[in-house]
Amino acid sequence: MYALVRNFFTALRHIARGGKWYYIWLAFLSFFIVVGVVAYIRQLHTGLILTAMRDQVSWGFYISNFTFLVGVAAAAVLLVVPAYVYHFKPIKEIVLFGELLAITAIIMCILFIMVDMGRPERVWHLLPVVGTMNFPSSLLAWDVVVLNGYLAINFLISFYVLYKMSHSKEYSIQLIKPLIMISIPWAISIHTVTAFLYNGLSARPFWNASILAPRFIASALCSGPALMILIFQIIRKVSKIEIDNRALFKIAELIAYAIGLNLFLFGAEFFKEFYSGSIHLAPMEYLYFGLKGKTTLVPWMWAALLFNITAFLIFLSPRARENFLTLNIGCVLVIIGVFIEKGMGLVIPGFVPGVLGEIYEYSPTWTEKSVTLGIWAAGAMIYTLLLKFAVPIYTGELRFISKPGTE
Amino acid sequence: MPKEIKGHSLSRPISRRGFLKGTALGLASTAVPFAKADASFWDAYFQKHFREMNEDELREVIKRLEKEYAEEYDTKFNIKTTKAMPGTLFGYGLDLSRCIGCRRCVYACVRENNQSRDPQIHWITVLRFKKGEKWIDLEESEKYYYPEAVPEEGYFYMPVQCQQCENPPCVRVCPTQATWKEPDGIVVIDYNWCIGCRYCMASCPYGARRFNLAKPRIRKEELNPESHYLGNRPRYKGVVEKCIFCVQRTRAGRYPACVEICPVGARKFGNLLDPKSEIRYCIENKRVFRLKEDLNTYPKFYYFFAT
Repeated sequence: MYALVRNFFTALRHIARGGKWYYIWLAFLSFFIVVGVVAYIRQLHTGLILTAMRDQVSWGFYISNFTFLVGVAAAAVLLVVPAYVYHFKPIKEIVLFGELLAITAIIMCILFIMVDMGRPERVWHLLPVVGTMNFPSSLLAWDVVVLNGYLAINFLISFYVLYKMSHSKEYSIQLIKPLIMISIPWAISIHTVTAFLYNGLSARPFWNASILAPRFIASALCSGPALMILIFQIIRKVSKIEIDNRALFKIAELIAYAIGLNLFLFGAEFFKEFYSGSIHLAPMEYLYFGLKGKTTLVPWMWAALLFNITAFLIFLSPRARENFLTLNIGCVLVIIGVFIEKGMGLVIPGFVPGVLGEIYEYSPTWTEKSVTLGIWAAGAMIYTLLLKFAVPIYTGELRFISKPGTE
Repeated sequence: MPKEIKGHSLSRPISRRGFLKGTALGLASTAVPFAKADASFWDAYFQKHFREMNEDELREVIKRLEKEYAEEYDTKFNIKTTKAMPGTLFGYGLDLSRCIGCRRCVYACVRENNQSRDPQIHWITVLRFKKGEKWIDLEESEKYYYPEAVPEEGYFYMPVQCQQCENPPCVRVCPTQATWKEPDGIVVIDYNWCIGCRYCMASCPYGARRFNLAKPRIRKEELNPESHYLGNRPRYKGVVEKCIFCVQRTRAGRYPACVEICPVGARKFGNLLDPKSEIRYCIENKRVFRLKEDLNTYPKFYYFFAT
């Protein structure tokens, strides 16, 4: 008990101390977190009327961000698969940081759902046993189960490894191998369940298309790893961790295939809607050409397409993806491109035109933007703190005292 | 890049005494709200799902709710919990040859069912279509029309409200089972159980559901105190609501408010299981259709042309 308490405070001290830039970064994030909290308190007090959501477009920016982040969380699998299945050593070492990113992303997903709910204090109604979870009928119930399960799996694996390392002990690969193996299909499943949540609604033809689940996986495999490439370069720069360039370039190569697949699936959707020309083409027409003069999303969608194609060309060329300038540009482009396409470009056209033909143009309000920024800042802070804890353990700088007599 | 390496982890630890003192104070501070709040706050928070309550629990809940409404609205509400009548399945008929688009049904519904005036909520939507143009897909309809008088030459009107589907997608997707189909066919919502996720709104093909984006505001003199727990009792900020076939009226043998107010008799209502009901007559003698039948929701709202 004494050792536990002492180790806790050792860890806390380690996280609380850093260089000048560390404090500046935390202060920068704290500012946006405070802005987000203040905006959320106002929203909680007055109601969701402070957002741009209305009966016609009942889901908006919060759910867009949620959907994008589930993809990021699922993409951690991209690191796990080559590492453990193909024994690609350069990636094996950084799987831990990918899992910590998955944990952070899931926490952000949960935050986005909480801020979107009309009665967040009633969230316990969702639980089985104490509440009345509508499982297996409701896909939202499935999502609660798989997302929390994924959080638990990643938490268990990472913290077991960190615990063992921090006590200078070997971690047993036999112990965590089943968890790691299950995390691979589980990662695919979290994003498939999220896709099915939209997919199962016959009321919304834009979503009720078989291509939705495959597209979700393809786009997740573009944006998540791109985010990781950027993050790993930062980790390399601010700590003693060595991340082999080969690992980054391998991830970039895999992203190339993912973008290719994503673009192909997009092309397939585009063809189906515009060639068959039934009324169901209306949402896609709204996105790319505007509908009855309503064109808010048009420039965004074309920008996203341009970004994705440019990123594809960059990642496709070995010379471009092995040059850090173009690699990073490519990563930023694909992250923004997928964020637009999978966020607003997925949620809003499900509601435009509405089921009775009404067109309501949705554009997030400052409340929504502030709360969203706050959650992203909170996520960045959580990941920063997790790394501040994990990196020294990884490099051997941080060690905990063990109970006497244990080895 | 030179990195600050803090001293070895075995630096001076916090004393055991200091740790225990801090924890005790921290825990003590969380006891404050528990002591201050009265019992009814926690009763409200832990209120069970309507369908899980027994008679006694329900009676307690009704008592508490009537007290809450009395405080909130300065009006005495009568909240019924009448069960479905056996052998009943309610069905609705809409005669499109008669509807003149006057929207009296919309406002009668608002008055009867305590809908929020600000923000404005209307359970019934009346769509206007130009004769001869695209109709059945609803894409070319107009919801916002402001003529001097109705009906307008060259147009016809189609009201849409909750279709009370026999295979409701909203019931299927609700993560907390806050909405369900009652034995008499009415799809109802437990407003104290709904978490406001709005998945049901995304799943409804008829745009029947409304969300309380803010605290509903109704003028005191416009309140209808005769209510049903599953129907027209005042709702809360952050929950979903919709047409409930005036459950407070229909389970007492009366017509829904929209049926009564329609000046041209376009609205029909009755028990689908009663072979002598007017709705059965419409189905058997007129050519009825339902909206978006391809989705297999099996609405109990039948449209037809009597003439």
